Amino acid sequence: MTLLGQFALWVTFLVGLWCVAIAFSARWRDRPELAATVVRSVYAMFGCLVVASLALWKGLIGHDFNIEYVAAYTSRNLPPYYIVSAFWAGQKGSLLFWALVLSLFASLAQLLTPRRYADLMPYVAGVTSAVVAFFVSVMLFGSDPFERLAFTPADGRGLNPQLQNVGMVIHPPMLYLGYISITIPFAFAVAALLSRRLDTGWIHAIRKWTLVSWLFLSIGITLGMWWAYVELGWGGYWAWDPVENASFLPWLTMTAFLHSVMIQEKRGMLKRWNLGLIVGTFLLSIFGTFITRSGVIASVHSFTQSNVGYFFLAFLVVAAVLSFTLLYTRWPLLEAEVRLESMLSREAAFLFNNLLFVGIAFSVLWGTLFPILSEAVRGTKITVGPPFFNRVNVPLGLLLLALTGIGPLIAWRKASAANLRRQFVGPLATGAAALAMVLAAGLRDFYAATALALAGFVAGTISQEFLRGVRARRRMHGESVPLAFFRLVARNRRRYGGYIVHTGILIYFAAFAGMAFKVEREATLKPGESVELRSPFGHTYTFTHVGISQYEALNRVVSAATVQVAIDGRADGLLTSEKRQHIDSFKRPTFEPSTEVGIRSGLREDLYLVFAGAVDGTEEAVYRFNVNPLVWWVWFGGFVLAFGGLVTMWPGGGPALVPARQVQGGYAVSLVGAGTE
Amino acid sequence: MKAGHKFLIGALLIVGSVGFLIAEGVKETGVYFLTPAELAAKTSADPSFVENVGFKVGARVVPGSIRRDRAGRRIDFQVSDGVKSYPVTYRGLVPDTFTDANDIEVVVEGRLGQDGVIRATDVLAKCGSRYEAVPKA
Repeated sequence: MTLLGQFALWVTFLVGLWCVAIAFSARWRDRPELAATVVRSVYAMFGCLVVASLALWKGLIGHDFNIEYVAAYTSRNLPPYYIVSAFWAGQKGSLLFWALVLSLFASLAQLLTPRRYADLMPYVAGVTSAVVAFFVSVMLFGSDPFERLAFTPADGRGLNPQLQNVGMVIHPPMLYLGYISITIPFAFAVAALLSRRLDTGWIHAIRKWTLVSWLFLSIGITLGMWWAYVELGWGGYWAWDPVENASFLPWLTMTAFLHSVMIQEKRGMLKRWNLGLIVGTFLLSIFGTFITRSGVIASVHSFTQSNVGYFFLAFLVVAAVLSFTLLYTRWPLLEAEVRLESMLSREAAFLFNNLLFVGIAFSVLWGTLFPILSEAVRGTKITVGPPFFNRVNVPLGLLLLALTGIGPLIAWRKASAANLRRQFVGPLATGAAALAMVLAAGLRDFYAATALALAGFVAGTISQEFLRGVRARRRMHGESVPLAFFRLVARNRRRYGGYIVHTGILIYFAAFAGMAFKVEREATLKPGESVELRSPFGHTYTFTHVGISQYEALNRVVSAATVQVAIDGRADGLLTSEKRQHIDSFKRPTFEPSTEVGIRSGLREDLYLVFAGAVDGTEEAVYRFNVNPLVWWVWFGGFVLAFGGLVTMWPGGGPALVPARQVQGGYAVSLVGAGTE
Repeated sequence: MKAGHKFLIGALLIVGSVGFLIAEGVKETGVYFLTPAELAAKTSADPSFVENVGFKVGARVVPGSIRRDRAGRRIDFQVSDGVKSYPVTYRGLVPDTFTDANDIEVVVEGRLGQDGVIRATDVLAKCGSRYEAVPKA
């Protein structure tokens, strides 16, 4: 089967090269049958990669430990679903997974794009095939998933215990899907530049793809936070680690694009900026892959140093040079149709929003690369950590949060004083009320108080938009409140889906503000001894060490330490954290012992228990106790965000954007339900 | 004043403050990342480095040098880059990846005491041999 797999990879590679050659030679312009073969070769590559993937899966499921990858990532006693996820758990397999999904997306792009874009499609096929061929070449020349060993081990090494987690089964594919789907908008952007069809056509063609990619990235990042929180055991969910930053960077530029593209659709401005953002997002996704796979920057999500990184670096440089050269040659064609009319306009709010997104992205990139930059320039390596990222990004993020509340309130083109008064009174009042509440509750942290006040302001903006919309529908159609609400959202999915996403974002901000008040304490306890910890909400937790039990589970030996929890002296259940030693089917230890934290999640705060080990075989246990405020709201915010994203991209739902020249700005027109946004 | 100009001023304000925040952030929170040999060179060139300047050291743990006091949650070990080695003392919980196995790479953050011992405020560890490919991207 490995032979078949390798053969399939070679065929994919050659077909890919052929497709790229024909697509970019542009010979297909006069020969429709050539254009058709270019498109068909995309499907052929997908077919070959399905064969290659099945070959690897057969090796995994059949426990063929002669295959190096199978031996390195699975074992006989690994639960079946982790055998499936082992496909993307390691470097080599994840490359194959990436190529497979990319060629699936490339095929879907060819299938689902309406006929009117037919003269873009061979170029799109050329770009996607070039990227697929690149990934396949990494496997063929650098990191072969079908590599065989000189001998056959009796059992494999098993999956890294930190990857033996449900979140880990779905989190990397989600992030991969986000990263991978960025290629499709990029391909359309390049196709539009090559064919000089630079009207808003290509933007309409990729709208769904940008949303898909943004949605997968958002879900992937949130699941990544969840995984870090549950598995890494340091007590938080975001550490500004290079690998985390690598996933955050394309999300930032993609989010900027989702906003700025509306200006191009409505007002014909920002054409160059939008193309730059799409190209930048694609390059950042490749950069992220380079960071995670090369080991150039030390990260807790450690990948071993491998030469595979240099394939990505080379690809990154080539892709950057080619796309910026292309952009430069088409520069004059990208003249804006109108100019900015007023600072008090939604365009201006969007422009500032974009600058902030890109500014944040730049600072994150700068901080991530700083060790390398400082070594190159000054000869000493200087690193920056979470304090740097928080210092820079908390103020910028709060400004952005403020714009989330301001943007929807300002009319397009030029807002009048009456418009501003009518729009801002409500939200400002809710913001002030929120601020008064936090101050009354005794909260004195400047950033946290600002974040919560701004969250109140944004919540006011969003509620006002929904309220006025529902009221207008009731007046015009005499609908009941729930029906009016449902129809309002269903008929203006993009607008109200966007507001739901904003709701998710403000929940995130409130939850992040909560983390400023986390408390922690370490203690060594004999059975019966206890320790107290004061919650930021005012009550006192008492943790009493009950004891340590040892038992064997499917593929591990477990020491479980349990504490009795009490709130203000009232007993409130048990909490257990485990130390796990994973073993193979011959009971030999695999990997280092790992910690399974004990978490009790609540609406106000999480109790987070880490069992760091027993003292010399006794029942005396070393613990770390955390009380983490508002963590549950991060996961809930992610859920709201994903739901809003789904509403926005759900098929159907009213006509597309109508240019603002036909519809004067302000909310009044859109309330009619004509779906102006 | 035209809207375009006003916008330009706003844009410059944003770009300027991003730049300022970055420059200031690096100045205030940047930490040297050194090998033990570089640390030795720094301290001999500038004696005030001892006790006053925080840094990170990336090195390997010297096999067999780890002394754990579990109940006291204290750990002492030696780090080395093959050229120079330093003793480290740390109070707190070390991550699971910090094991007694050979060949662990650590990043130690802290300050150097007058006695030549690094007082660590944070210890990160990764085990090169077994820790391939945590796919987080």
